[in-house]
Amino acid sequence: MKQIYKRWLATSLKSKKSESSLKPILTSGNYASAEGAIASGCLFFAGYPITPSSEIAAYMSRRLPEVDGTFVQMEDELASIACCLGASYTGTKAMTATSGPGLSLMAENIGLGVMLEAPMVIVTIMRGGPSTGQPTNASQSDVYQTRYASHGDYEIIVLAPSTVQEMYDLTIRAFNLSEKYRTPVIVASDGILGQMMEPVYFHSDFELIERKKPQVPPEKYKPFEALDDDLVPGMAVAGTDYYFYVTGLTHDEEGNPQMTPEAGEMLIKRLCDKIKNGRPEINDWEEKYTDDAEIIVLAYGINARGVPEAVEKVRQQGHKVGYVRLKSLWPFPDELMEKLGQRGISKVIVSEMNYGMLIREVQRFRHLFEVSGISIPTVIPFSPKLIYQRLLKEV
Amino acid sequence: MLPQDQITEMQDHPLRDMLNLQRFIFCPGCLIGTVITSITSCLKERGLTSKDYAIVSGIGCTGRSSGCFKAPAFHTTHGRAIPFATGLKLANPKLKVIVLSGDGDLFAIGGNHFIHAARRNIEITVLCVNNNVYGMTGGQVAPTTHIGDITSTTPYGNMEPPFNLVSLAAASGATYVARWPGYDTLRLQRSIFKSLDNEGFSFIEVLAPCFIQYGTKNRLGDAVEMLEWLRRQIKIRMDCPPHEATFDFKEGIIICGEFVDEHREGFSNRLKQMRERVKSKRK
Repeated sequence: MKQIYKRWLATSLKSKKSESSLKPILTSGNYASAEGAIASGCLFFAGYPITPSSEIAAYMSRRLPEVDGTFVQMEDELASIACCLGASYTGTKAMTATSGPGLSLMAENIGLGVMLEAPMVIVTIMRGGPSTGQPTNASQSDVYQTRYASHGDYEIIVLAPSTVQEMYDLTIRAFNLSEKYRTPVIVASDGILGQMMEPVYFHSDFELIERKKPQVPPEKYKPFEALDDDLVPGMAVAGTDYYFYVTGLTHDEEGNPQMTPEAGEMLIKRLCDKIKNGRPEINDWEEKYTDDAEIIVLAYGINARGVPEAVEKVRQQGHKVGYVRLKSLWPFPDELMEKLGQRGISKVIVSEMNYGMLIREVQRFRHLFEVSGISIPTVIPFSPKLIYQRLLKEV
Repeated sequence: MLPQDQITEMQDHPLRDMLNLQRFIFCPGCLIGTVITSITSCLKERGLTSKDYAIVSGIGCTGRSSGCFKAPAFHTTHGRAIPFATGLKLANPKLKVIVLSGDGDLFAIGGNHFIHAARRNIEITVLCVNNNVYGMTGGQVAPTTHIGDITSTTPYGNMEPPFNLVSLAAASGATYVARWPGYDTLRLQRSIFKSLDNEGFSFIEVLAPCFIQYGTKNRLGDAVEMLEWLRRQIKIRMDCPPHEATFDFKEGIIICGEFVDEHREGFSNRLKQMRERVKSKRK
């Protein structure tokens, strides 16, 4: 790891001198995600070792001190996420990385992050489950875990990279979305993408979004008063002239705990709506041949990589098929489904490495098109052959 | 929340600039209030403003205390006050971070975080308001409840021995450890001052009996009677090694005092030096 890192650093420093001559660097998804965090201005990482995500922590422990950041290995995942939330409330961009069992332990504090509206990024490298499952293998069986990990009524943003380059790009995007919407954002990757190596451009061709600052002087500041239409309040942090009380209890705009039904309704609606209203910006996908296709294959993450080849092959035989690759999973892109329905697509085949998860979301649109799935709880991404054979049966 | 007429009365509170009295929810006779005012008095005397410190609490009666401070105050999840405070301190080492929570929060559900924070010697102050019982949830047995005591979940008497928080903190590596009854505000404040100066992990156990949940079930009388009962058992010793800091209701001996006061390099300071080393190597 040390050697790879040194070689990489030498190239990356060189490449920073002139952006136009930027050369790709061969690296793993986990390292690319960590470097994406550094590029986003992340200066705090708290984590706990877990296969197959551990390289992110190892990389950050080496890289963060160089940029005046802080790395700390905590005693467990519960502490890791709580530590990141604390760091976030000093105005620092914070990140943690984990896998299924670790995300289970983080669940309660994801809810706290939503309630305190603390921006942070969680990278989860999905592995086989349930329980200890298959630590060294990949899976897409935590799709619902990323969405519904914590109890209560809430919305969360989850991004799904498909290449090592996207591990870099979508980690940056995750930081931007978390700062903009003041919420934890999850990057849902998997064991293969985390470990495998591909050429990556560590470009700086992106804009960074910083969280909204308080819009009123300290004496008038209310920590949960959203003054703008985006329903996101300005965020005061510790160590400034602002004082505030933030609580995981249902609270009013001033942060006072409130146990009335009205207070709960108002708060939950705002917390959910700020993300629901942001869907046009948050939701992202790649689509091909959707204009003329009758059958669409819908896939995401590592498992989407075999789809284009299969679709091209079937099209060569004269069948009208296409595909959609989701780059964000949650909030679920309802508008995409409606669009597909309007275009007269007759069938959507959801292809995923689990026993049928995201297909349930697509099934909500059965009034628009037929829905079937290739849902295999396996640890190996589907080959183009498998999708090709299935498509031939369906056309 | 207090009725409006009582809130108006409290507007004359000498620390009203630093306290939000509307969020004061504690039972009359509970010592959490004296702990809150002791901390605030110390901060005020040091000339610290809300820019200089942060208060973090977990869940439970004492968990609600963070709301009383006019400061960056965080009411976090059950047991996670210490790691949240660790994040605040590491990301902004200039802050004085004070964790104020109960015995159940810090030593049952949050016990692991406590021993690891003490081991790291992170520069935070942890005040544990110890009432030997879970107060807010209805008086269940806690890891600090003594053998034989009656609680809602030990109707035939508690069968488990309690933690001695002082020796636990000392063994885990805390560099300042003290124990005081909550009514002894002068000595408590002296310890809070020392903890603010300590460049490491400080732990102060504050005894604050719960007459509602603990007193009634064990027939120890009302708030005042219980404080008398507590006072009779207190022995102050300043030279006592932490493992001999007896806390025994049956024998009637509770040793209070300072048990550890030593200088050892703190975690955030170590990190700072490491960062400087790394950067100078790269140049």
